[in-house]
Amino acid sequence: MKYIDPHIHMVSRTTDDYQRMALAGCIAVTEPAFWAGFDRSSPQGFFDYFTLLTDSEPKRAAQFGIDHYCWICINPKESEDPGFAREVIALIPEFLKKPTVLGVGEIGLNKNSRNELTILEEQIALAAAHDQLILVHTPHLEDKLKGTKLIIDAIKRNGDIDPGRVLIDHVEEHTVKHVLDHGFWAGMTLYPDTKCTPQRAADIIETYGAERLWINSAGDWGVSDPLAVPKCRLEMKRRGHGEDIIKKISFDNPRTFLGQSQRFTVDA
Amino acid sequence: MPDTQPSCPLTQQETIDLYFMEHRAKLLDIAAFLDRVDRSNPDNSKGADDFRMKAFRAAVAHLTDNAPDRARRIQEIFSDPTTDPIPAAPMKGALGAWDPATGQQGGKP
Ligand SMILES: [Zn+2]
Repeated sequence: MKYIDPHIHMVSRTTDDYQRMALAGCIAVTEPAFWAGFDRSSPQGFFDYFTLLTDSEPKRAAQFGIDHYCWICINPKESEDPGFAREVIALIPEFLKKPTVLGVGEIGLNKNSRNELTILEEQIALAAAHDQLILVHTPHLEDKLKGTKLIIDAIKRNGDIDPGRVLIDHVEEHTVKHVLDHGFWAGMTLYPDTKCTPQRAADIIETYGAERLWINSAGDWGVSDPLAVPKCRLEMKRRGHGEDIIKKISFDNPRTFLGQSQRFTVDA
Repeated sequence: MPDTQPSCPLTQQETIDLYFMEHRAKLLDIAAFLDRVDRSNPDNSKGADDFRMKAFRAAVAHLTDNAPDRARRIQEIFSDPTTDPIPAAPMKGALGAWDPATGQQGGKP
């Protein structure tokens, strides 16, 4: 059965990972711009990164029949210096014109600081001005609940954003309901150690339903698993869930959300 | 039994059969971790007063209260309850539990 991994940082993964994902049924990925494990020393570093995302990575994916799309932004981990962040934001509109860019992301918060929030608000405004989809990173661990609430408030404050065009990612047991109740889409990130496991993701689906919810691996440079999505599908199958709900969570839902961009052309 | 809506297709017996061994092992991991903390050299007097361990022990108590939504409630124990942005990010990472001693800068818990 085919699937989409709608949040994975392939720049940190090997070409072998593309091959293994293709063998497991992956036909499309979307890659949000994020921190790459180190702070870039100049806006030019981001220009090169955005070029990698929009130019090189789609070619590498195509060798394995995988469609590669991306999202552009400055991430919250590198947003503490507003002057620097604004120089990067100035680069974004040019990249939003590229044929595989689906929107602005993953914007959000990391430590819930004032400067992170300011840069988040400016990028929400940028997305609204360019009529872009938004992919949101929520903080991890003890910062997640507070950060998720601050992010929801910031998007609502803008007033020009349709919540159906925003996906708030990395939800867990204590944040999923806040996100869904406000009309947003929610993403669950499956991480082997510190975050949500495939078992807990299946539990959340059983508790909150499968509407406006997707799963992703967020595979990156840290300990992570590029096959997390098929592993979660297996977990659901093992519990006796039907093909329809498994396909909904791992293919139909991401396709529906991402398909709001005319650039996303994955067939049903 | 807690009156949560059953939504897992398995019977309770099947769920226990499928997951018991794995979670038995995880429970022993927790027990062994607490033993290890007790056995470690008490080089500073913090030990049991470490804010993470306080949250951990509070969380463990929720496992046996037989009420629903244990995972959500434990997540909330570890979470920062304040509502205002903090003045500046002190680091990039997270510690896994909110520290009331240094975490008041966000205000309004
Ligand atoms: Zn990410």
